[in-house]
Amino acid sequence: MNTILQPKHSHKRSNVLEHSLHGIANALERSLFAEEISRKPGLFQSLDARVKILSVLALLIGVNLSRSIAVIIGIYLLTLILALFSSIPADFFIKRVWLTLPFFTGLIVLPALFITPGPALLHLPLGMAITRTGLITVLFLLLRVSTSVSLTLLLILTTPWNLVLSALSVLHISDIFILILGMTYRYIYLLLHTANDMFLSRKSRIVGHLDPAENRRMLAAISGTLLSKSLNMSSEVYLAMQSRGFRGKIVTLKPFRMHLHDWLWLFVFLSIALAAILFGRSF
Amino acid sequence: MFINNSRSKLRWLVAYYAGLSIWLITTAMHIPDGYLSPVTCLIMFLLVLPFWIIGLRRIRETMNARSVPLIALMASFSFIIMMFNVPLPGGTTGHAVGAALAAILLGPEVATIAVSIALLIQALFFGDGGILAFGANCFNMAVVIPYVSYYIYRAFYKSSPTSSSRRVIGAAVGGWVGVTVAAFLAGVEFGIQPLLYKAADGSPLYAPYPLSVSIPAMVIPHMLVASVVEGLLTALVVAYLFRTNPSVLETDQKPALAAEVGGFQRLRWLWVGLGVLIVASPLGLLAPGTAWGEWGAEELASFGLKSVPAGLEKLSTLWGAPLADYDLPALGNANLGYILSAIVGIAITALVVWLFTLLLTSRSSVQKQSS
Repeated sequence: MNTILQPKHSHKRSNVLEHSLHGIANALERSLFAEEISRKPGLFQSLDARVKILSVLALLIGVNLSRSIAVIIGIYLLTLILALFSSIPADFFIKRVWLTLPFFTGLIVLPALFITPGPALLHLPLGMAITRTGLITVLFLLLRVSTSVSLTLLLILTTPWNLVLSALSVLHISDIFILILGMTYRYIYLLLHTANDMFLSRKSRIVGHLDPAENRRMLAAISGTLLSKSLNMSSEVYLAMQSRGFRGKIVTLKPFRMHLHDWLWLFVFLSIALAAILFGRSF
Repeated sequence: MFINNSRSKLRWLVAYYAGLSIWLITTAMHIPDGYLSPVTCLIMFLLVLPFWIIGLRRIRETMNARSVPLIALMASFSFIIMMFNVPLPGGTTGHAVGAALAAILLGPEVATIAVSIALLIQALFFGDGGILAFGANCFNMAVVIPYVSYYIYRAFYKSSPTSSSRRVIGAAVGGWVGVTVAAFLAGVEFGIQPLLYKAADGSPLYAPYPLSVSIPAMVIPHMLVASVVEGLLTALVVAYLFRTNPSVLETDQKPALAAEVGGFQRLRWLWVGLGVLIVASPLGLLAPGTAWGEWGAEELASFGLKSVPAGLEKLSTLWGAPLADYDLPALGNANLGYILSAIVGIAITALVVWLFTLLLTSRSSVQKQSS
């Protein structure tokens, strides 16, 4: 028997399984890496989580309200420096930011280089030209997007997730919301593993290929089963919570204390954000 | 050449954008930071806030403490559904949001909370969607999609509750329309940026494409791919559940719902009346002159005042209103500008009144329950 099943267009046909498994594996890997970094010693890791959330929010607002490209670049460089001092590998940080969202953003706004009316900077064939205003627009958007993503990434990589959630209480977000967020985060991992197992078990029983209709049916069955499991699990979790004394009143631990170190850095970041907003505006 | 003609320029741009979006398969419409001005982001937060409050109150009133793990699980489920690649007839694949499904199973109010939580985790943890733009993303995906798809789904099966095919079709249509409307709104949010936020030399500061480009660029790829994915996934899961576990599909029916529907019916004519007034508002433009007392510096001069008071002169330019004179010159049509101003004005007023009412009346119950 020398006929080995040679998959034709296997990439496309088993796409659903491969793609979903790949996505799940990616998600799990990412989170593990993030947890590692948040445990290393570093500048941002040493700050109180509430200070970090407020500072990142302030800097985000500063970057997005700023009318000066120089300021936005400055804040991006500041983010890079903070990342370096927080034990985040520089190449990982830069690649993770620039190879994802800003790359697609760049593609999306590329036409704006040519169609924004204004003085031409560079003349191209076919009567097109790169305009000065187009270049400024594209730079603004690209820089804002990448700096915003970098700031968020810095926050998330250096703070354990449960502390992020507890720190949200400083924004007066209701406790019930924070509790649900925390549970959701944990159940995402449980459901990811369950879905992973379901996909793997399906894949290991397939010889040959599924056509798209079969793929859809399988996906519907997996989604439906996942849903039923979720609903069953929620009743069991509720019973478990009830048997341990839960009666609807929510209490969350908020293990935060501010030190001088935290106040100083909060002051520094808020001032930078304010300066970013005010610089370049005419009054 | 063809590029110099602005109309064909726009058409070329729309085709580029549409093709790009379909290729990128990032047709789930998470808006990153930097595309919307912070003022727009703030307005969207204010718009979504009442729906969050309604959702949380709904959880407290009609569901018991059992709901906490239920919603957490629904949010996780929605999050994971966003990772599944659904194959479409024709070879492409796409991602669903899962908001329509959450609405059908939990009711739209609670679905808002579940999807918002999934979106928050995506924004914070996966960088999918900005933090400042979170309000806008929640409004588009956690409010518009659940409410629109839910009411379309209910409209389909209300007359014959036991028919499964009606439910499935209703779920499909609801999902499709919900995502398309959300895409339209996202297009509007993008498109008004270059109108309102420009640098001194006229270049757009945030999203650079005007409404004429952003709306078709958002709506068309979603109509063809993402909405179909959502409708398809919702219909498939509803069909599967109807076969295997139909009691799950009844969880959205609550006694409180009947009273709620009655309330909307009673107020329906009010809303219709308001709508008529908004559309007829350009009639106000026909009336000559300015209202008594609402004079600007020029009108005072035309009355024969020799010199305009210095304070008036200085303060009259202090506030650069976005919809000055109830018009948006960039729209190019005074009537449209007037209608837009009416809608915006009424929305903001209603919102502020509603928020104050909620805050003032619910303060005691919130304090009791969230200690």
